[in-house]
Formats: sequence, C-alpha cells, structure tokens
Amino acid sequence: MKYVDEFRDGALARNIAAHIALEATAPSGYRLMEFCGGHTHAISRYGIADLLPPNVRMIHGPGCPVCVLPIGRVDQAICLAREQGVILCTYADTLRVPCSDSLTLMRAKADGADVRMVYSTQDALNISRDNPGREVVFFAIGFETTTPPTAVAVRQARTAGLHNFSILCNHVLTPAAMHAILATGSKVALDGFVGPAHVSTVIGSQPYEPFARDYGKPVVIAGFEPLDVMQAILMLVRQVNAGRAEVENEFTRAVSRTGNLKAQALVDECFELRDAFEWRGLGTLPHSALQLRPEFAGFDAELKFGIGYVAVADHKACECAAILRGEKHPRECRIFGTACTPASPVGSCMVSSEGACAAHYTYGRFREAAQ
Amino acid sequence: MCLAIPARIEELTGDGNAVIDFGGMRKEISLALVDDAAVGDYVIVHAGYALQKLDQEEAERTLEMFAGMSNLPDAPAS
Amino acid sequence: MNRNKPEYARGLDIRHGRVEMSHGAGGRAMAQLIAGLFAPAFDNPYLASGNDGALLPQVTGRLVMSSDSHVVSPLFFAGGDIGSLSVHGTINDVAMMGAQPLYLSASFILEEGFPLSDLKRIVDSMSSAAKAAGVPIVTGDTKVVECGKGDGVFITTAGVGVVRDGITLSGELAQPGDAILLSGTIGDHGMAVLSQRENLGFDAPIVSDTAALHGLVDTMLDSGARLRVLRDPTRGGLAATLNEIARQSGVGMMLQESAIPVKRAVESACEFLGLDPLYVANEGKLIAICDAQDAPRLLETMRAHPLACEAAVIGEIVADSYNFVQMTTKLGGRRVVDWLTGEQLPRIC
Repeated sequence: MKYVDEFRDGALARNIAAHIALEATAPSGYRLMEFCGGHTHAISRYGIADLLPPNVRMIHGPGCPVCVLPIGRVDQAICLAREQGVILCTYADTLRVPCSDSLTLMRAKADGADVRMVYSTQDALNISRDNPGREVVFFAIGFETTTPPTAVAVRQARTAGLHNFSILCNHVLTPAAMHAILATGSKVALDGFVGPAHVSTVIGSQPYEPFARDYGKPVVIAGFEPLDVMQAILMLVRQVNAGRAEVENEFTRAVSRTGNLKAQALVDECFELRDAFEWRGLGTLPHSALQLRPEFAGFDAELKFGIGYVAVADHKACECAAILRGEKHPRECRIFGTACTPASPVGSCMVSSEGACAAHYTYGRFREAAQ
Repeated sequence: MCLAIPARIEELTGDGNAVIDFGGMRKEISLALVDDAAVGDYVIVHAGYALQKLDQEEAERTLEMFAGMSNLPDAPAS
Repeated sequence: MNRNKPEYARGLDIRHGRVEMSHGAGGRAMAQLIAGLFAPAFDNPYLASGNDGALLPQVTGRLVMSSDSHVVSPLFFAGGDIGSLSVHGTINDVAMMGAQPLYLSASFILEEGFPLSDLKRIVDSMSSAAKAAGVPIVTGDTKVVECGKGDGVFITTAGVGVVRDGITLSGELAQPGDAILLSGTIGDHGMAVLSQRENLGFDAPIVSDTAALHGLVDTMLDSGARLRVLRDPTRGGLAATLNEIARQSGVGMMLQESAIPVKRAVESACEFLGLDPLYVANEGKLIAICDAQDAPRLLETMRAHPLACEAAVIGEIVADSYNFVQMTTKLGGRRVVDWLTGEQLPRIC
C-alpha cells in the first residue's frame, strides 16, 4: 500500500525511538496527549509505547466521537428505529454503544428495528431513493472529518427532492474538546498534544494556534502511521525542551494551514453552531457541536420527528468522565475488566475499540499482568 | 479518530465519483469535496469520500527526512 | 436395486421453479425433489437405498463425529458457495481430530420461494466437493420454512471419521515451548464474502480459500512430527482459534506479526474498512501446534503440499497463567491479540 507501508518501516521507527530516548532528558518527564482515537489505535496496534522511554507517557484523549456520544443521543436513534419505523442508517461504530434499558442499536436490530450499516452517506441516499415510501434517517456522528460527507448528502438530498431523507446530527468540534480539557485546569498537567490527522486535513493547522498561544502547549499534527506518530512525539519533546509552544505539522503530505476550504464551505452552508451540547465525560460545552441551518430544517430528524433530548446519567461506577479528560487511567476504574469489558461495556470508553478502556483492555492489560 | 487511507485515482466516472485503487482493491468514491482531482492523483479517502489530495512531493520529502536521520543504536526497551 | 419412477403430475422445473412448502412435507413433491435434484448429485449406494438412515460398513478404530451449520450470506462468492463451504467445513473438523473423514450427512432448511436453479447450483457444488474429497454424502433431510423465515437456504452437515491409532490431538495438549504453525494466508474467505456485501462491497482479486484439508493433514501425520493440536481458524479468525486453544491448554502464546502471511489485496481491503485480518474468517487453513524440535520437518512437509505452500512458523507456546495471546508487532513493540466479543465490524472512526 503506497504511502502507507513506507511509513511503517520498523527500522526507521526504532531509529526515531532512539532519538526520542536521547533527547527526552527532562527530569519531570513528558506527558503527551494524543487527542485522536486513530492515534490511540495506532499506538496500541504497533506497541509504540514499548518503543518510548519510560519518561514519555502517552495519555489517551477524548478524540473518539463514539466515546463522547451521550447515552441520550443514541437513545434517540434507537427510538427512531423502534418507534417511528424509520430505516436507521449508521456507520458500524455506533452499533454496540450501550444505552438505556440495556439496549444497543445492534439489539434493536435483532428485535426487528430496521437498522442498516452503511460505509458512506451515499449509501444512505441510495437507500432513500430505493425506498420512497419509507423514512430514512442517517445517524450522523463524527468530528470535522466526517461532517463534510454529511453536508454533501444533505445538499444532494435537497437538490434531488429526497424528502424521506433526514439526519440525526451529532457532529462535534475538536477545538471545543481541546479547550474543555485545557481550560478545566485538569489535575493532569499535559505537556503537549499530538493533533488529529484527518480532522486537520479538513480544518487545517490554523485552529490549533490559539491553544499553543493561550495555554502555552505545543501541538504537533501527526499522520496515522507509526513513523508519523513517533516523529510527532520527537517534535513535541523538542518543543518542550526548548520551552516552545507552537503548532507544528508532521503530516505535511495531507495537511495545510488552511485545510480543505471547499469542504469547510460546504459544511458552513449546511450547518450552524449549537449553543451548547452535552459531551459524555466533558459535560455540556458551549459552541461545541453542529445542527442543520433553518434552510435545511426539512432534513433535520430531531425537528421532523419531534424527538427531544433526555440526558441520561452515566453508571455510578463508570469513570469514563475522568478517563476522557486524561485524569485517570482505565485501571483506576473499579469496574474495568470486571463488570465492564468489551463483551459487556458499561461506558463508551469500552465500546469503541479506540476508547481508552477498550484499547487498554485489548492491548495494554497484559503489561500490568506481567509486572 | 477518522479512518482514512491514501488511494490512487484510477478512473473518473463522470458523475463526481472516481474509482480508486488501494493496494489492489477498488471502490467507487465521491470527489465532491475536492477540486481538480485527476487520474493518477492520490487522495485521502474517508467514509466514501476523497477528503484531500495527498501531496506526493511532501510525502517523499517526509520519507527522505526519516531516512536521513542519523543512525543511532537501538534504545533499550522500556 | 429397484427404482420405481412414480408418475408425477408435473416434472421438476429446475430452471424456473421455486421451493414450495410441499417440498418439505414428506409427500410426493419432496420425493420428487430428492429424486430429481439431491439423489443424482450425491449419487452413492447409501443414499440410493432410499432409507431413513444409511447402513454403513463396520469400521475399526476410534470414531470422530462433527457437525456444522452454514448460514453464510451471500450464498455464492468468489471461490465457492454455501455448498462447498459446508462440505469442506465438516471434512476439516473431522480431519482436525486427526481422523480420516469417511461419510457426510447434509440437511437443508429451504426458504419457500428459493429458486430451484440456485439450489441445484449449490447441490452440484456439494457433489463436486464431496467427490473431489472422496467423502460421500450418505444421508440427509429437507425441510421448508415459510417465506421470510429463512435466508434462502441453511445447510447443516455432519461427518464421521476414524482416528489413526496412536494419534491424539486435542486443544488442551499445547505445552510451553511448542511451535505454532499456520498453513497459509489469513483473511481470504472473510474478505471474499465481505466484498460482495451491500454497501461495504468493493472490487478486489480476493477469492475464498475454502478447501478440504484432510489430504494435507494426512501428510502431516505421516511426517511423524509430534502434533499436539490441529484446528482450522474459521469464524473469528486466527485470533479466536488461538485464544480458544490457549484457554483450553492453560498456556499463553507469543506470535510474530511479520511471520503471519496475508495476501496484499486482503491486507488492503482490511485497512480500507478498519478490520484486522487476525479476526477475519478462513475456510481452507489450519493451525498446527507441535513439539518445537519437529517444527522444521513439519514445515517442510506442509510447504510441499499445494494447500500449504505458504505455511509458516508464526510463534510459540509460553507459560502464562493469564492465557494471553501476545504478538510482537512489525515495529518491535508488543500487543495482545484478544478474543473479540462478537463479529468484527468495519469502522470509520
């Protein structure tokens, strides 16, 4: 796979690791947060933690749109499928998120709800065209990478007069989440961020500049391949050592300072900011999520079906909130690995394979067992 | 968080879509989010859409930088 | 042998006809279906006797019996179909016990409305697979369910075989120090089937690896290598099977990622959809755990067989009270290869 395999070269990765070990000399160590679930996944999958010196610690951030999706929002999707009889189209990532009444979209499907896994919003549009007599709702989740595909679909639906198509909008914004982590004066002092790869492809590197400037934390945008992640860690170590706090871009082959202006314009045409939105683990954040503009109200499933939002509190023992902020490690959660496992997830951090808990359970658990 | 891969545009299908090739597999995806994509270009593909063109020169430059780093002996495993 | 050809009101219209409820009712229509479709395809004296059960010759030796149900969708895919899959699957289960497969049974649950032409395709495929393997389908059953209550066709196969004297293969026999061998590339079957699924479909030169492995197993047993376990990594992939064995034997495993063969197109398709080949189904591969000293000899034997020319030693059994299956990644780091809860799903995140 071109432009993939070359960035997975083991010898080059080990060499970068040696450079990190050489340069990571600060006695207080380096606490770096990889914001994005894809980076969590890469770190776990390749065992990158084994290549880092012990004083460089990676903290898993909340960059998993499934993890930050409140139970109440998935309840809405299930309600549409079960009670309104819609064809509920969704990316596979949401199918096992646990919600109220021990339900998941997968279980609702088993009970007879018409829940369909799609790869692309184009598939959802095709389903709308093929089923003119049925309502089709697309469960729109994701950060800024995934929002433009939804915008394209909504515009195409309007042009084509596909009035049986609508979206349940749960698109959220990356800078808002980063702000929430930094502004709370979180107990965990973070030295820097590995910035998201594909979100940055769309939004550019510019939106991270206020964080570097206002909070004094370096941000290095990294691609998803192991060499990208290792190089970004090295660049962060260098910034911390030099007392710099700047936005640097390791993923130059796909990210520019301004990003994809066409995609941004399409999103801007269809969506506007919600005043506030509840994030699982981070509370209600202002201007952190999107909703369709009034001109597209006919494609907004919340308006079309009149479904309200009912907040549902997390399970008492669930530490997803603290884990999502980087304050606690999964092993510090009382129910990690016992009541809460990938087989029976209690909180979202365990559902998505990129959630900190699932990643730790799948990959990291054995390290502690061995000690 | 967003799974995306770099794929080569093999064919433009004329309706705003393209057939991409990724390591031997092919799929039709939408070019609605990029302009001026041509056969032979590499694009970053996510959820059925090309998000951005991959700058091949930058990719080569990044790889050259990795290759050009001084060779250090392996660090002890942590 | 008598073969009464009853006169039927209509001939069996294989080209345009469809399964009807009467085909499962035990009456003339069912007899017609069996005589016109199943019996000619599975042609053997046991089936032709037309009795409820097959009277088989005496066998000496320890008997192995295995059963499998097949519900794959789509029914037809590159490299095979539900028919060949069901024949290979049960032959392989019997072979994994170190037994020579002797006879198969095949039971069908057909959905009302299922095209007879598709049924014939499937049955012919089973016939070819059974003949090529030298294992006849000697008995079976047919039932029909109402339209909407079945996915076209479900097939359940069972098989019996005899284990060679002196051979005992079982999942709890792996010991620390043993070598783990894999007969070839992983993920081919699962991705071949996935490539035809609606919405997730893609074009790729991926073909299911469905195959009968009993010939390969014979050569492996002949090699004299001290085998502990043989198992075919079907649903859940290599990861599920290795975890099962680790748990049964009360051991751990250490794999080398770079040693595990994966076809380029399978690797790419998995990357594209966010899937890990370790969890993707295989239908023509096996895992062998043997005494480490015999590994080189066993490997050479396997590679000489057409179904295992890419065989590799992929790891070793270690002592581990947690029964973790661990893997050294291509980068030199380590990860756990865990046992997934359910089916692996594609992802966009």
